Amino acid sequence: MDLTIWTYEGPPHVGAMRVATGMRDLHYVLHAPQGDTYADLLFTMIERRDHRPPVTYTTFQAQDLGGDTAGLVMTATRQAYERFRPQALLVGASCTAELIQDDPGNLASSLGLPVPVIPLELPAYQRKENWGAAETFYQIVRTLCLPHAPEPTWRRPPPEGRRPVCNLLGPTALGFRHRDDIQEVTLLLDRIGVDVGVVAPLGASPAEVAHLGNADFNVVLYPEVGRTAASWLKRTFKQPMVETVPIGVGATRDFVREVAEVAGLDVDEALKAVESRLPWYSRSVDSNYLTDKRVFIFGDATHAVAAARVASEEIGFKVVGLGTYNREFAREVRAAARKLDLEPLITDDYLEVEEAIQEAAPELVLGTQMERHIAKRLGTFCAVISAPVHVEDFPARYSPQMGPEGANVIFDTWVHPLMMGLEEHLLGMFQDDFEFGNDRSPSHMAAARPASSNGRSAPAETAAPGIQEAGSPAPTSPAPTSTSEDAPPPEDAPTSADAELRWDDEAQAELKKIPFFVRKKARRNTEAYAREQGVTEISVETLYEAKAHFGTR
Amino acid sequence: MSGSPVSTVDRSASGCRDLPVLKERGQREVFCGLTGIIWLHRKMQDAFFLIVGSRTCAHLMQSAAGVMIFAEPRFGTAIMEEKDLAGMADVHEELDRVVGRLLSRRPDIRTLFLVGSCPSEVIKLDLSKAAERLGGIHAPRVRVLSYSGSGIETTFTEGEDTCLTALVPELPEAPADEQALLVVGTMADVVEDQMRRVFDSLEIGPVRFFPPRRTDELPPVGPGTRILMAQPWVNETVAALGKRGATRIPAPYPFGVEGTLAWLTAAAGAWGVDPERVLEVTQRARERGTAALERYRTVLEGKRIFFFPDSQIEIPLARFLRRELGMRPVEVGTPFLHREHMEAELDLLPADEGLVLSEGQDVERQLDRAFQAEPDLTVCGLGLANPLEARGLATKWAIELVFTPIHGFDQAGDLAELFARPLRRRNLLEV
Repeated sequence: MDLTIWTYEGPPHVGAMRVATGMRDLHYVLHAPQGDTYADLLFTMIERRDHRPPVTYTTFQAQDLGGDTAGLVMTATRQAYERFRPQALLVGASCTAELIQDDPGNLASSLGLPVPVIPLELPAYQRKENWGAAETFYQIVRTLCLPHAPEPTWRRPPPEGRRPVCNLLGPTALGFRHRDDIQEVTLLLDRIGVDVGVVAPLGASPAEVAHLGNADFNVVLYPEVGRTAASWLKRTFKQPMVETVPIGVGATRDFVREVAEVAGLDVDEALKAVESRLPWYSRSVDSNYLTDKRVFIFGDATHAVAAARVASEEIGFKVVGLGTYNREFAREVRAAARKLDLEPLITDDYLEVEEAIQEAAPELVLGTQMERHIAKRLGTFCAVISAPVHVEDFPARYSPQMGPEGANVIFDTWVHPLMMGLEEHLLGMFQDDFEFGNDRSPSHMAAARPASSNGRSAPAETAAPGIQEAGSPAPTSPAPTSTSEDAPPPEDAPTSADAELRWDDEAQAELKKIPFFVRKKARRNTEAYAREQGVTEISVETLYEAKAHFGTR
Repeated sequence: MSGSPVSTVDRSASGCRDLPVLKERGQREVFCGLTGIIWLHRKMQDAFFLIVGSRTCAHLMQSAAGVMIFAEPRFGTAIMEEKDLAGMADVHEELDRVVGRLLSRRPDIRTLFLVGSCPSEVIKLDLSKAAERLGGIHAPRVRVLSYSGSGIETTFTEGEDTCLTALVPELPEAPADEQALLVVGTMADVVEDQMRRVFDSLEIGPVRFFPPRRTDELPPVGPGTRILMAQPWVNETVAALGKRGATRIPAPYPFGVEGTLAWLTAAAGAWGVDPERVLEVTQRARERGTAALERYRTVLEGKRIFFFPDSQIEIPLARFLRRELGMRPVEVGTPFLHREHMEAELDLLPADEGLVLSEGQDVERQLDRAFQAEPDLTVCGLGLANPLEARGLATKWAIELVFTPIHGFDQAGDLAELFARPLRRRNLLEV
């Protein structure tokens, strides 16, 4: 038993809902009490879906418990079939129904409906959302494709006289940028001469899923959801799996190489399709300031590993933390962390993540919506790279993460907050200049406004709300950790928690001259150095000695 | 005198008291009682709500609470795992450990609610026993109580009812000869303060609110306690208070100018205050409220409205919209209808031709009726709103009616605005 206020993943039946809601002409009967319908709003509100998820809840109540909850399953299933006429039915239980052991899958199968009934066993007290999605997709694929399976001795012939065809596996409803990734990867594949057969589960009907075996190979875009099914298809239909996830320029090139090899295409020719602005933008001299910026990365395994590669190899950041909440994919994250000389953080406790971020003192956090809020509290910049998602992760514009355009989107998304930080710093610097002083009116509006009017008097002040937002938690949202001492001290307040350490006035003034986004690091390094040297009063000398000791990194 | 067209309750219209109610049973598109924690923990600032449940409960709370979850909420979920259920770990020992750690980290907590969930109810985990045991361990600093917010027993706002019911035995005994007013059901602090000022002017008092803002300031209850319900969902609480001797003052709920006046007048009656005096004291507030409503009349008058069941607040709101803004209720759905506590409202709501009152839900059939009726505005939960919008129906999220201050004269305009905005917005958009 663990106390939780927020979880990265929902229960496994929510994973099943992501699969069912992504598909067409499929219906999910969920044996569940009143209240579990809350999950509908994830799809209608966060993703702004214009249809209800295709889920019928049996809605049993306390008074039913001694009686006929099994009857409710039968009735609900029969009515759902009559009303929605799906090509296939998923039937399963949520956490509460699992405890009453009605075996809804069997009950529904016994109704003799004229469509496949796919029973789902998703142990709610052991497993979580991503596993639930993967298992559901696997059960759907297995049930619907098995009737079309070839003899075990069958060999798949190479595509002759036609373009090779592949399936894209793994995208679901409520996925982080899945909608746009599919479009981008389909475009990329088309450019290298590969057609996409079926995209599943997102957008596919059961009839289409039944024919997944027709494609020459499978591309696993989201291993968290698609790998189990793709592995089964590989064994059963002899379909090779392309497992490189094309996030970032390097990974997109590797992906194209892998696809070309599997599809029997000219690799060099195919690689010409990867054209992204990221490499040049990264080499452009104005990007020099990005060098060795400290970034902390946390998310689902696929996006975290991909982000680590892009950050370190394509933008020139220094990765100071890497982790995932998804234990099933911890191995991949461990391997990536080892390459970067990092201790991987495998946890689903956001307080632990917050602690790690605080400890690593990054300048940019790449994470989920939770890390975005953690970063906000800590006064650090952040970009979202992974589910769990919020409504703002479904932008109106086209913004994939994968493929050449995905790399462009990533460059903009990650660099933008740092650029804004630089701008704030420059504005802050000008704030002290006499012509921009707080008691001055803008010259072109001098007559319109008295000199000492409110916040609009100097251009520098327009940055103030932004700084406040980035630098201090809103008064209504204190840290979710238990005590207020967990809240970070203001970054430029050189008062150390360590009582023995004191900054003299001159050193304090000097510290304020350092750009605010590196000030915290400078303070930390100086105090660490002072402690190491047994210095109790920090002077300007100590500050610069520490700088020489640690370098600017 | 008043200048207000709705200064007195008009009982001439034929009400809905005898209208047959369509009772339905089926899929319910509503929250469970756990969700009440979202406003209860804001109200009682020294209380912590510990749900003993599953990952689903935690996920529900973070989905329903939205960004509030990133602030420091005084609620959390103790997630039961396989080992707790399989008997590999003693659930009560585990609970003691979780609570011990929580309370040592949160010295500000004076009351801890152990909140039962669907899974804890199904495995028959005895939380009242656990509360007793933990209360013994952590007394006198922390009081430990338990109630159920499970979906198999409670619908959305009923979670407040079960919570308050659990608090009733804790209320101190009031002096037998003291007549005091107890306003029951959570209202926004700002509205409570407004109401208190009016009661003071009317020399009605002492006035206390339940739930209180701090659980170490519980209001006393006794035979002299007169209850005024501020929310229609505190039915069991009122019954429990009744067992302690309190009596209810029958009244409509304080929504809109008319409802608020009737509510105050009912209290005044119990204190022997002349209704004329109520009119006098409230005149300016009523005029403000009426003027505020007038602005929305052009948008709302004659518009047909359909309520999906959500919080039990539906009938009072339909009455307000029908009588003070001229809207036409088509169907008014409520998750649960307490005849006695809704009597005054049913009397006021005109039984217009074709009006359907429904209790409970079969969401598919109700959606069929909504599509058939083609209302101008549909009040529904967040899971239904966008799909209905996509089908061309304007919607109002029911949950806002629970989270926004809507009681009293000075909020009447805000309440009307909630219904008018979706319609005004539709008129604005050209694409």
